[in-house]
Amino acid sequence: MIWIPPFALEISVVCVGIFLLMMDCFSKIDKISLGWAAIAGLLAILGLSFLTGPMPKSIIPPEFYLVDQPALFFKRFILLSTILTICLGMEYAPVYERFIPSATPQAGLGEFLTLPLFTCAGLMWMVSAADFIMIFVSLELVTISFYVLVASMRKHTASLEAGVKYLILGALSTGFIVYGITWIFGVTGQTSLRGIRQALPLLSQGYLVAVLFGLGLVLVSLGFKIAAVPFQFWVPDVYQGAPTPITAFLSVASKAAGFIVLLRVLEPFFVISTIEAKLLIALTALAACTLIYGNLAAMPQTNLKRLLGYSSIAHAGYLLIGVASFEHGHSGPVIGFYLAGYLLMTFLAFLVLQHVARVSGSDEISDFNGLGRRSPLLALGMLISMLSLAGLPFTVGFLGKFFIFEAAMRSHQYLLIAIGAITVASGFYYYLKVVRAMYWQPAPEGAPTIAVPALSKFLIAFLSIGIIVFGVFPQPLLAMLQY
Amino acid sequence: MISPLLCLVVLPIAGAILIIAGTQARNTAVVASMLNFLASLIIFGMCQPTGGYQFVSSYPVVPELGIHFTLGADGLSVAVLLMSTAVTLAAVCVARTPPKNGNWFYASLLFISAGAIGAFASLDTFFFYMFHELALIPTFLLIGIWGSGDRQAAAWKVTTYLAFGSFVLLIGLLGLYLSLPESDRTFDMRRIAELASSGAAQPSATVYILIVLGFGILVSLFPFHTWAPQAYASAPAPAAMLHAGVLKKFGLYGIFRLILPVFPPNLSQGLNTLLLVLVLGNILYVGYVTISQRKLDLMLGYASVMHMGYLFLGLLTWKTLGLAGAALMLIAHGLSIAALFALSGELRERTGTLDFAELGGLAKVMPTFGLLFGFATMAAVGLPGFANFAAELMIFFGAFSAGVPVKVGLNEFQIAAVVAVWGVVISAIFLLRSYRRIFMGPIGDKWKTLPDIGALPRICIAGLIFLLVLTGFFPQIVLNYVTPALMWP
Repeated sequence: MIWIPPFALEISVVCVGIFLLMMDCFSKIDKISLGWAAIAGLLAILGLSFLTGPMPKSIIPPEFYLVDQPALFFKRFILLSTILTICLGMEYAPVYERFIPSATPQAGLGEFLTLPLFTCAGLMWMVSAADFIMIFVSLELVTISFYVLVASMRKHTASLEAGVKYLILGALSTGFIVYGITWIFGVTGQTSLRGIRQALPLLSQGYLVAVLFGLGLVLVSLGFKIAAVPFQFWVPDVYQGAPTPITAFLSVASKAAGFIVLLRVLEPFFVISTIEAKLLIALTALAACTLIYGNLAAMPQTNLKRLLGYSSIAHAGYLLIGVASFEHGHSGPVIGFYLAGYLLMTFLAFLVLQHVARVSGSDEISDFNGLGRRSPLLALGMLISMLSLAGLPFTVGFLGKFFIFEAAMRSHQYLLIAIGAITVASGFYYYLKVVRAMYWQPAPEGAPTIAVPALSKFLIAFLSIGIIVFGVFPQPLLAMLQY
Repeated sequence: MISPLLCLVVLPIAGAILIIAGTQARNTAVVASMLNFLASLIIFGMCQPTGGYQFVSSYPVVPELGIHFTLGADGLSVAVLLMSTAVTLAAVCVARTPPKNGNWFYASLLFISAGAIGAFASLDTFFFYMFHELALIPTFLLIGIWGSGDRQAAAWKVTTYLAFGSFVLLIGLLGLYLSLPESDRTFDMRRIAELASSGAAQPSATVYILIVLGFGILVSLFPFHTWAPQAYASAPAPAAMLHAGVLKKFGLYGIFRLILPVFPPNLSQGLNTLLLVLVLGNILYVGYVTISQRKLDLMLGYASVMHMGYLFLGLLTWKTLGLAGAALMLIAHGLSIAALFALSGELRERTGTLDFAELGGLAKVMPTFGLLFGFATMAAVGLPGFANFAAELMIFFGAFSAGVPVKVGLNEFQIAAVVAVWGVVISAIFLLRSYRRIFMGPIGDKWKTLPDIGALPRICIAGLIFLLVLTGFFPQIVLNYVTPALMWP
């Protein structure tokens, strides 16, 4: 039953965002309460999302804005990750304030807590976009708000460096996608994915080369978004420099939206068998490079935020195996499930990291030494998150990998499976490095115990339980994805 | 109906969670493993030795993919479960609470036990695999935190090596799953065996190789054994008991469940011959390496690898005699290696060294210890009167009668059997020599005040040896249960 049109969700997110920005400007309200208001608003919208459903074609033609089951799932996914980001952001406030030069207290904090709402609206629009123009516009909304968020700690050189890197490479990737869209539009005369699907079979072989070229450019740009090798080089620096909540947001929501756009964009092109063959080669190569690079480069890292950056590349590799196994129509739900698990474990890792870093002042793995005794709750949360990222059974990370490799077996991607055998084993190595620090190594002299606020305690419990419950009973999630 | 097996799986996990939550660690662990041992005794008593699965209960998890959480046991499983819970109880009892993080120590032990028990009680391939993997991290923690020697290197090696091996196995199992007819895809072992025997599913030789390779790595088949000796030498005694005695049996048990009933024996003749060669590598090559060891812990690590060769040999015969021998060996080896590791751990506690050159004459000050060690070594050598003897005899006879008879000379199984018998001599050399070096000869001055073995370890190890002698004189106790389980349709 559809009580409200689905695009009302995005509109409400933007309205809440604008309202909160106004409050930030014109009232003397405590900025933290802005964060609470944002969370309340987003929770309400998350509730509203259950009153809507796949939309009848009469309201907006589906060439333009598509709402199907995966799109709805990902809208909720993005709402949830935005809520988590703002929760992390509120607890990040003391660190954030240290790096903002201002006479007034809490300067900049209001924007920091409300800007994610605009990113959220962009991402939600992105997962519904069924037209290259819409994809481009929503992508820009997302990227521009991320530029601000990444660089928002103005006195922190690493944050500024990250912002500049992200800005330049983001602009470059925008150039690629626009150029690619132009080529595809030039040949097919269409910007909507449905139109392209209908136009493609009518084209002669020579034009297909041009389409392929354009598609290649679009893939490069999306490769930046999902951090696929060789378009990953911004990831470690940006992840390390950005404020931790934003790193988590970037790592989860931006990647998820990138993948769903990738699947949507590729779908019409798989109709043509010559293009399909070439695309599969490209995707396989992309997945292979991403897997190998992400995992091997993660092994020597000593900075946890950087390690999580490489691990995010590595997980993009596993997801790309799913994309490369696309032909059997299974990989949509498989990728959705993997991303849902990835959300839980990544936010848990960043949440714990943020608390440890707040006390120690850096993000090194050695800061976790002896955490098992100093702060058992944080250590347990990190343990569960790391085990899930490594793919240990009875966690959602294992099931995600299991479904991915099952899809790969179905479509005979043996090369990727062989690479996967090596990368899974190396994954155990670098994720367990954190476990080793927490439980093997003694705590340094005079290391303080870490106080955990109630909100974080709740979030650690919520995310840990989610990881284990969905690791044993995946059925509710799969049902949402219509597996 | 709720299967009583669920209680076996849940008890150790519940115990571990309680311990992490803050109950008194040692008592909780002892009570949980004691209850579990009693429960498995009751289940052993309730089980009808007729073949077929009993105590079956099934809960759907992802029914679309054919994944169910299915528990069930036949004669083979209940025997292995009884061995597992007995070894767990012994391991928890002989464990000494470490000075730091004692609660994680006991929780990890219980988790290893839960992983192994869960795997042995599962009828669903998916959960069978998952439970085994569950034990990987506790092993990592146990070796890494409380190990001795080069514990860090050993912990990393065992964890990444086994993660790799399990992944190969996972791909093999997925291959098996995808080779079932599309409408009938399931992870249920019973159904897979049915489909395979009716010819509806014909998994390829590649799948066979992947699964054998995966299990082979987990069982430390030569040349994939290099993770094992160092890990067992470094692990604290209870962890080595549980891993070498119980968890490593996962791979062999898996061959009983997923290879023998599913793949036709002549699927890959070349590979089976190769496997025979590898098995002899286990028995002879690793045997000679074992002889050259100068420390008790490393020697036991290699010995546990070496004895896997006999087991594999029994499995490769694909005949009831050899298979029943392998099943008996599985249980006998679990008990005897656990007793040996327990004793070696006790010795390390007393002397701080396990180097043969520094020890000697200890039987004068700790006679009971020497007696128990003597029994355990004799069992491991396979002297008559112990279960290992009956098992080895059955395996050798099984191997000698296996394969296609040739007119002149011996076929490959017979050759393998002839060569493998030398393994008994090899293990006699290193085990008896270790006994001589530790307990006979002149005693060093610094050992003259060593106390004899304490009451609780004495009871535990004597209990393990009692089970070995009991099944040595009356192997039919086990065989009556095991043999019907080896009759596949």
